Amino acid sequence: MTAKQVPLVDYLHIGARPYLKAKACTSCGARFFDRRIACGNCGAQEFENVRVRNQGVVTSFTIVHRAAPGIPAPYVSAIIETDDGTSVRSNIVNCEPDPERVKLGMKVKLTTYSIGTDDEGLEAIAFGYEPA
Amino acid sequence: MAKSEMGKKKPKTSRPMIEDDSVWVLGTHMTKFGRYPDQDTVDLASTSAIAALQDGGVTIHDMDVFAAGTLFQASSGMAQQVQKQIGQTGIPAYNVSNACATGATALRAVMLSIKAGEADMGLAVGVEQMGKMGLLGGAGSKKEAKVFAPSGRYGAVTGTDGYIGTAGMPGVFAQAGMGYAYENDGVGFEQFAKVAYKNHLHSTLNPLAQYQKEFSLDEIMGAPVMSYPNTLLMCCPTGDGAAAAVLVSGERLKSMPKKVQKRAVKISASVLTSDPWTSSAQVQPDVNTLTRNAAAQAYEQAGVAPEDLDLVELHDCFATAELIHYDNLGLCEPGGAGDFIDSGAPFRDGRTPVNVSGGLISKGHPIGATGIANIYEVATHLRGEAGDRQVKGAKVGLAHVIGLGSACGVHILEKAV
Repeated sequence: MTAKQVPLVDYLHIGARPYLKAKACTSCGARFFDRRIACGNCGAQEFENVRVRNQGVVTSFTIVHRAAPGIPAPYVSAIIETDDGTSVRSNIVNCEPDPERVKLGMKVKLTTYSIGTDDEGLEAIAFGYEPA
Repeated sequence: MAKSEMGKKKPKTSRPMIEDDSVWVLGTHMTKFGRYPDQDTVDLASTSAIAALQDGGVTIHDMDVFAAGTLFQASSGMAQQVQKQIGQTGIPAYNVSNACATGATALRAVMLSIKAGEADMGLAVGVEQMGKMGLLGGAGSKKEAKVFAPSGRYGAVTGTDGYIGTAGMPGVFAQAGMGYAYENDGVGFEQFAKVAYKNHLHSTLNPLAQYQKEFSLDEIMGAPVMSYPNTLLMCCPTGDGAAAAVLVSGERLKSMPKKVQKRAVKISASVLTSDPWTSSAQVQPDVNTLTRNAAAQAYEQAGVAPEDLDLVELHDCFATAELIHYDNLGLCEPGGAGDFIDSGAPFRDGRTPVNVSGGLISKGHPIGATGIANIYEVATHLRGEAGDRQVKGAKVGLAHVIGLGSACGVHILEKAV
């Protein structure tokens, strides 16, 4: 039961201690998760890889009842501000999708979970944030 | 709150003259928004274009420039297709697509041609036919992956909508509203729901609205949840429709009969902005910053303050969006959008009526038409021709649209003659 694993997106580092990795502009510090040509803030073209802090707070959320096909609903989508000031969009997991349970300003931490295995036995690992 | 209690609003004693380099709305029209299974976009756009020309007392032969906006048929050559219906006069024709700001951008294409001295008069039309498209935004990304191979700019091995938060419009705008609720007191489900209550109520007076039905606050809050806190009755519908406007230079307007001048409405400000970089916008569209920037520029251009506005048509694609734009457009105290709706200020009889048309929530949102339909609405009030929903004595109004990506258009119109 040691299937090969792949992260859902390339900015997720998986393993025993998972974390998100951002590309930080060496000129202005702006952080990005996507493939970059240049910095959208200052236009500089050099980036360094940085490790995003796993702890953060929920600065916004929504509870999605009408979801994309194939996605179990309801689920919680949220914007997290990590302790180092990075904005992350993620699902909130291990928390009931109920406005009485999910709270603005709630402290959360990064976690990972499996979203399935493909035809070649490769398992995709997604990230989420759970109440800390 | 009555206007007299504001203290800041002073009556305009001197109305601006017609300056040569100013630009005016000469004629305007919108179709009723709704569903037109027996017509296509060319029918709708052509109908509205001809009606706007007639409203301005001019013909296609008077036009020096033409712009047509549509989002979902952006590559269809809409401008030329409409020309083939209403008059092929050989003038420059622009096809415009700019998310939900498509109509406003088409209007600006005509405006800029007039400002540049290339045209004295021009026609802008916006159109969309959406039928019952359902949810916009995140759909279609969830094909069952057979092989998890990274692709795209994030190296995703499968669709991410629903795994990395939501990309669906009701949820994206719910998060925009909840972000405001996080930063400011007095904002919650009920304040967002009141926005929808107001706009549905307003729509009952607008025969051009797609829906004209009042709902109680309980009905709105108890409706099926799309993306909390947005329930079904807090989301704009999909639909069909077109809107058009004829613009004219001040120099040309001066040569027209007094009767025509009297109905003309001055475009005192026309602004288009895109996103400046913000940290949070890397993961969630930031609909605030570019709206604030556009509003600041527009107030500066027009020389008016938010307190001077007699009505505002703003982009309430979702109830959560309208609430935060009260603040973004400076209609309320900073952080005070919750109090603003609670006080009744944006109701038709309030201090600053907002979306007396019913807004996108009830009037409808055929995307390409929206950014001209709000010009139609404001202009119609300034002309005193808005019938049952008329805001009495309206002299200055603001029209705002925002398209994700993002693009924000703000126009300030004045009754100036």
